[in-house]
Amino acid sequence: MTKHLQDPDLLFHALADPSRRKLLDLLYARDGRTLSELCEHLDMTRQGVTQHLDLLEAANLVATMRRGREKLHFLNPVPLQELYERWIAKFERPRLKALDDLKKRLEREHA
Amino acid sequence: MPRSTFVYVTYIRTTPEQLWSALTDQEFQKQYWFGVHCESEWTPGSSWKMVHPDGRITDAGEILESDPPRRLVIRWRHEDKPELKAEGDSLCTMELEPTGRAVKLSITHTIERESSKLITAVSGGWPRIISNLKSLLETGSTILASGSKR
Repeated sequence: MTKHLQDPDLLFHALADPSRRKLLDLLYARDGRTLSELCEHLDMTRQGVTQHLDLLEAANLVATMRRGREKLHFLNPVPLQELYERWIAKFERPRLKALDDLKKRLEREHA
Repeated sequence: MPRSTFVYVTYIRTTPEQLWSALTDQEFQKQYWFGVHCESEWTPGSSWKMVHPDGRITDAGEILESDPPRRLVIRWRHEDKPELKAEGDSLCTMELEPTGRAVKLSITHTIERESSKLITAVSGGWPRIISNLKSLLETGSTILASGSKR
């Protein structure tokens, strides 16, 4: 499974599903939930939710911890941070600068 | 028992020894931790404190467990902002686990109370610190310079 964990395709695949995004939102709202707690919020079988959670875990978006007999699910935001740096931050920086330059120029013309 | 926990997991292409030294070496820390470094002997019972570039100490505590290069547990208390200090001790556990050509780094930060402000405060910083650490170990440079700290 480890070789998949660094795979950006798997990360995007994991995010490209509304039920999996809902699971991430649920964990964002409250972390450390069991499978049963998560099932209450989704209109699908327990097995279906398990499969989605497995895929999220393979993409490293969800981390699990055992506490006694319970398996708790946690949102792991590290891959999202990496995605942000790789696919958003570097593209928005020049654009924000262009917008800022435009604003300065327009304001100068008005002055 | 009510508690707040966050878990961060990342896979870094390095060795457990290198990752351990990156986590415990002051000069290395400054490179990925936006100028911050931690002072400690890194042995069980030794004190631990987090020092900012201007010399402020915002967090302090004690090393509870130290098993290089596998496991480090810090009793962590915020000392700067009164509302965070009032929450008392938290536990920060770092686990390093070799997996193939990479090392799995898991950082768990827990406090025995619900909706902790401390946990919320530290959770804003960890993803960027970890992401920087990974980049530094894998490529030799950081993505986010200290100037980009928000």
